[in-house]
Amino acid sequence: MDYGYGWGLPPAASSYAAQIDSLMWLLHVVMVGIFIIWGVYFSYCLVAYRATNGHRASYHTAGERSSLIPDGLILAFEMWLILAFGIPIWAQIKQRTPPADQALEVNVMGQQFAWNFQYAGPDKAFGRRKVSLVTAANAIGLDDTDPAAKDDIVTINNLHVQVGKPVILHMTSKDVIHSFQVTNFRNKQDLVPGLQTMLWFTPTEVGKYEIGCAQLCGIGHTQMIGNVFVDTPEAYDAWAKEQLQGRVATSAGGSVTPAQAVETSDARGIAGTAPKS
Amino acid sequence: MSESHAHAGEHGHAQPLSFWWKYVFSVDHKVIGIQYMITSFLFLLLGFAMMLLMRYQLATPQPGENFDPEHLGMVRGLIAWLFGEERMPYGFMAPEFYNQLGAMHGTIMIFLGVVPLGVAAFGNFVLPLQIGAEDMAFPRLNMASYWVYFVGGVVMLSSFLAPGGAAQSGWTSYAPLSVTAPPGQTIWLIAMVLIITSSLFGAINFIVTTLNLRAKGMSLGRMPVFCWAQFVTAVLLLLAFPVLEAGAILQLLDRVAGTSFFIPKDMIYGATVFPRAGGGNPLLWQHLFWFLAHPEVYVLLLPAFGIVSEIIATNTRKPLFGYKELVGSIVFIGVLSFVVWAHHMFLSGMRTSLANLFVTTTLIISVPSVAVLTCLLLSLRGARIRFTVPMLFALAFLPMFGIGGLTGLPLGFAPTDLHLHDTFYVIGHFHYVVAPGSLVALIGATYHWFPKMFGRKMNDTLGKIHFWGTVIPMNLIFFPMLIQGMWGMQRRLADPTLQWHNLPVQGWSTVILVGSVVMMAFQIPFLFNFFWSIWNGEKVGENPWEATTLEWACPSPPPHGNFAAPPEVHRGPYEYSVPGHQVDYWPQDEAA
Repeated sequence: MDYGYGWGLPPAASSYAAQIDSLMWLLHVVMVGIFIIWGVYFSYCLVAYRATNGHRASYHTAGERSSLIPDGLILAFEMWLILAFGIPIWAQIKQRTPPADQALEVNVMGQQFAWNFQYAGPDKAFGRRKVSLVTAANAIGLDDTDPAAKDDIVTINNLHVQVGKPVILHMTSKDVIHSFQVTNFRNKQDLVPGLQTMLWFTPTEVGKYEIGCAQLCGIGHTQMIGNVFVDTPEAYDAWAKEQLQGRVATSAGGSVTPAQAVETSDARGIAGTAPKS
Repeated sequence: MSESHAHAGEHGHAQPLSFWWKYVFSVDHKVIGIQYMITSFLFLLLGFAMMLLMRYQLATPQPGENFDPEHLGMVRGLIAWLFGEERMPYGFMAPEFYNQLGAMHGTIMIFLGVVPLGVAAFGNFVLPLQIGAEDMAFPRLNMASYWVYFVGGVVMLSSFLAPGGAAQSGWTSYAPLSVTAPPGQTIWLIAMVLIITSSLFGAINFIVTTLNLRAKGMSLGRMPVFCWAQFVTAVLLLLAFPVLEAGAILQLLDRVAGTSFFIPKDMIYGATVFPRAGGGNPLLWQHLFWFLAHPEVYVLLLPAFGIVSEIIATNTRKPLFGYKELVGSIVFIGVLSFVVWAHHMFLSGMRTSLANLFVTTTLIISVPSVAVLTCLLLSLRGARIRFTVPMLFALAFLPMFGIGGLTGLPLGFAPTDLHLHDTFYVIGHFHYVVAPGSLVALIGATYHWFPKMFGRKMNDTLGKIHFWGTVIPMNLIFFPMLIQGMWGMQRRLADPTLQWHNLPVQGWSTVILVGSVVMMAFQIPFLFNFFWSIWNGEKVGENPWEATTLEWACPSPPPHGNFAAPPEVHRGPYEYSVPGHQVDYWPQDEAA
């Protein structure tokens, strides 16, 4: 296994990643700048004012008022950051979503130690979920008697999306708190039992990305791994069609379809089981 | 302990009893302070040892190509044998054991290590001396505080013996994971209630002592910065800790009495609905927890500000730059620290618009911290710097706390926190604040006040070896964490290499392990120096550093009752190099 000594930010792959990256670098450049200014002054003082024979420290300290200037500068810089970047970027990423009719909406249900994804299917309506129907096979408790559930696609640990099309994740958790993290998308959101949270992104690069759980969720936390497959529109359509066929063929609502079963076995995390060390 | 006999005679008690009452069940603030100091150093070592084991796991999470289960090698074999099949199979850490050590490392370092050392140890020993008091306002409460803390610590450690092991839901104990965790969590909660109670006893004592027992002439404006820092810290503890105590009791009820304060409706556990009505909210715990735990960060930090101010004033031989600005900043930090807690919760599912408020308060609180650093830096200008061992630690605090403070910027700023939250960047950031920051200051304080505690100095050469052997490896440990976190490596992973996105920065874990081992090795000269110097160090008089504050106006070590006659204060705390005065220091109690 190759362990690297890399540094920096991982490759960016979402529409807003560049914004966050430039903010990140701006902050770090300023931080390094401040540190160097402090450091140079600090080193100068250590050398210039070291105790030597005959010299006495000066009693008077001048410039107490002008020492407030750096404080003021930093305050002004920070307020500018908040107004120019903080509030707008946060609003764009966390407080608003792209229009739902142009986006792919997916329900995400976290559990120890897997990611369940529910697609609405062609009717664009999510089937009802009932907590009483949850079994090992029907991980999200999809209610088959609901007509909207008939064409829903349910996958474990594998999220397929289209490049360039916004994805809105409506997230919750079955058991404890998890956190959805894809470093390349520069976003993250906790999944909380009893609450609905939201995360959206527009993938910009075709490829396979890793979902890690960022909130300690128990013994298998490390192994709670999923994949985001960012597909071309054609590949995505082919995948969705295949899923849907499998779903109709078995017509056993809510249970994992053969096509999904293949996908599941390819995923590294195994749902609901404690990992062996 | 030969001195015990000499002093016992003065009180005329039977000698065996005297030792117990003098050194164990003492009501003397100085003895209690030293008890706190030694106990918290032991806890710090223990917490460090746990982390060493975890870093060993993180550096080598997987068997290599030449791995042979029959021949584990000396280190791995020893670890496997010591901790057993269940915890360390073949010397590789089971994830549940990793989670236990992680939760306990955080708990021990913060609640049983750094806070007791910064507040209870040095606060207890130094504060009454510096304000010219005979003792704390409530000596028995003071003793109770230590013993409740001690019992709390023992209970905390005993949780490793519980079925399923110690608490394993992180030091933050987020519900509902913590509510459904093995019994160790119950013990954690009980221990926390004890530790918090102990801190509350201490906080009340510190506040009353500072307000009521100051010597004649010791106005608030003449109090050393250290006393101000301790006073503000005590107020923070008094106002913030009850909230966590309540939270801990609620979580305890959730675990043992079937309530559901933090358990939501329809939560599924295993494959069935959790057998509980539900209706609680997991976020409530986070709010209760962080309402304490953010002021807690300043509880860790403010005493360090105070300590560094004292050491710098003493060793620059000039008045501190901007005494009023320093004190004002510390008070301002104290007030503001109550309105920043939710910056730990930007991504928790809390209402997203609240983030803007907490980003603003968080960035504002950075300003007084910058002011403190600026004042301390400018205090060096025009100085006559003596590079004593405590001064080395105080000086090292400045740039390293600087890194800790600066790296808080991208975390406190919500858009960049989206990427950095829950990664090693967070770990690097707060360790730079607490370890190379606070802890380094606290080690400096140990060297600084050791002569007052024991009437002897610690050895300088060993002290300098300890300094370089601590400060350099510390940066090898914590700086790579910033790099790993920036790449997105999450915290709290027993094996980060299972996730391929972590592999490009996994190599740094080897650097961190090397740094940790080296740093641990360099604590040996410190421990040796500490205990050797108690009996064999160079003897010193009452004011070996030629300092101005009142603790240097009584004998070293001060007797029970401290001052021969009640001191009277005539001037501010840092009258160094006053023009026209024949020596370069003018003690506060010296008549004009």
